[in-house]
Amino acid sequence: MANTSGKRVRSISYAKYGYLFILPFFVIYIVFQIYPLFNTFYLSTQSNGSTQTEFVGMDNFKALMIGENATISHGDNAGNKGGRAWRAANGDFKRVMGNTIMLWVGNFIPQILISLVLAAWFTNSLLKIKGKSVYKILMYLPNIITAASSAALFVMLFSGTEFGAINNLLLKWGWIHDPIPFVTGVSQSRVMIMIIQTWMWYGNTTIMLMSGIMGINGSFFEAASIDGATMTQQFFRITLPLLRPILLYTVVTSMIGGLQMFDMPYLYKNGTQITKHVETVAVYIYNHFHSAISPNYGYSAAASVLLFILTAILGAFAFAMNRDKDQKHLKRKKQNKLL
Amino acid sequence: MSVSMSKEKAKIGSLRAKDIIITAIIVIICVVSILPLYVLIVNSTRAGQDITSNGVSLIPGLNLFKNIGTLQDWTSTGKVEYNALTGYVNSGIIALSTTFLTVLFSGMTAYGIVVYDFKLKNAAYTFILAVMMIPVQVTSVGFYQFMAKIGLTDSYIPLILPAIAAPAIVFFMRQSMKSTFPLEIVEAARIDGCGEYRTFFTIAIPMMKPAFAVQAIFAFVSNWNNYYMPSMILISRNKSQMTLPMMVNTILSNDKLADFGAKYAAIMLSIVPVVIVYLIFSKFIVEGVALGGVKE
Repeated sequence: MANTSGKRVRSISYAKYGYLFILPFFVIYIVFQIYPLFNTFYLSTQSNGSTQTEFVGMDNFKALMIGENATISHGDNAGNKGGRAWRAANGDFKRVMGNTIMLWVGNFIPQILISLVLAAWFTNSLLKIKGKSVYKILMYLPNIITAASSAALFVMLFSGTEFGAINNLLLKWGWIHDPIPFVTGVSQSRVMIMIIQTWMWYGNTTIMLMSGIMGINGSFFEAASIDGATMTQQFFRITLPLLRPILLYTVVTSMIGGLQMFDMPYLYKNGTQITKHVETVAVYIYNHFHSAISPNYGYSAAASVLLFILTAILGAFAFAMNRDKDQKHLKRKKQNKLL
Repeated sequence: MSVSMSKEKAKIGSLRAKDIIITAIIVIICVVSILPLYVLIVNSTRAGQDITSNGVSLIPGLNLFKNIGTLQDWTSTGKVEYNALTGYVNSGIIALSTTFLTVLFSGMTAYGIVVYDFKLKNAAYTFILAVMMIPVQVTSVGFYQFMAKIGLTDSYIPLILPAIAAPAIVFFMRQSMKSTFPLEIVEAARIDGCGEYRTFFTIAIPMMKPAFAVQAIFAFVSNWNNYYMPSMILISRNKSQMTLPMMVNTILSNDKLADFGAKYAAIMLSIVPVVIVYLIFSKFIVEGVALGGVKE
């Protein structure tokens, strides 16, 4: 009897509620994300320098990828108002993509190396490290601090005059004779941004890799240490090979994050100084559309479309891996139930 | 016997030495991590002229309130657009309302997908997974132009309302609901005559509190810290509307202001709230990161 009543309850269709619960998400997502996405595609075929745009076909992509020799006339000088002069995009995408890749590689390599070593140490049962949770909290701290504040702090500390804190110190110690332009110099500012990014993200990566290592079956390590494997051997023979899927996932998600790198390259500068040598794709997009009077919607949108394609390719990898994880999880659950 | 004993001892001894060396390296890394923040706090308490003559010091000074006073003078005479209190209020309004909307509606969406069976259920979830990775920069040109067209720049609406749709948070909430929320409870509630919405608000939310809390903390911190969206939408830079990160940024743009103590104090005031929130919730946050609960 109880069974049939249960069945009767279930046979009433609750599907309606499913739709009602997910409705707000989809309405808002379509209005604020999907429509803007298509709008971006549309704008990538439009002209630059004014809020009134006209169709230019694939010109923006050509200009971004190859460069343009012909000067496109753009009416009066309205484009020069507000300090954001309209200009041709002479193969700009190659430059900003190059900057993005350089800054990403330069922060990811030290970051993953530090994080791997730290994660291996933290999870090694042979090591007795006291206060692990405190270290983890301290290592993650730089990630939580407002990027704008971190940027301002580093600009203050590394300012290129003799009054900048670090230059002041180095001069006093007699290590240098002239202040180093840590903020305005081409290679100096690039290296600084790589260091700041590493500082911000290594704690996050360490914690993620730690949970990955802890997911590895502990008996492997036990067996290895009984057989007399050293810590280094265990790291290279067990941890690294078994961590490969997680490492790959970390690389891909970090690459997607790297393609979006905005805060530090945009904010690590003196006031309104223009910093072309650290201009990433995201900064380029922002600099071009962000003008009330003469936005270059076309270039900005075309760069966005290119960024979208790159992210979609990388995202497909991450998506497949997520799916995999999900399915493996389900399989494991089913197996557990069967057992 | 004795040989093997001494061997064992040596092994233990070498392990101890290793422990000490590795712990020392970890401590050094931690110190390097927080050193910039320590110098920031120290410099915000030092007199401006002391900082210009000696940039780095580990000993705090006594000028914190004087520096904050200088900062207030700059604000009232219009030399900087920094006003910590206005910044706290503005960033607070945006961060609290986005957090509330994100957590509530992501919870609802995840609940809808987990609890109910409907035709488009799998399609909806696949869609959420697929769009999770789309970076905000990709849509921002279209978003900004759209907002400019309908006159919503310099408004908080485009900063707050989109928080209702947060694919990544729906994803993580669905994961944790799948593993910790028993569907039998929904059935039992139905038999007892409890409506579907009531079940969600009075049974599911209280049961899912830990998952909601972790997501809420992350949502709050990332919205509080967000520079990109507010600086994109609040294009007129009205003093009364600016968020804290935007204000901090203006500190650097006026290089005629020579009092470094006051500048450091401005930066210090901007990070105090997040650091306090972090230290209170650090355990949750570190656990949340370990679960892969953050993605930025």
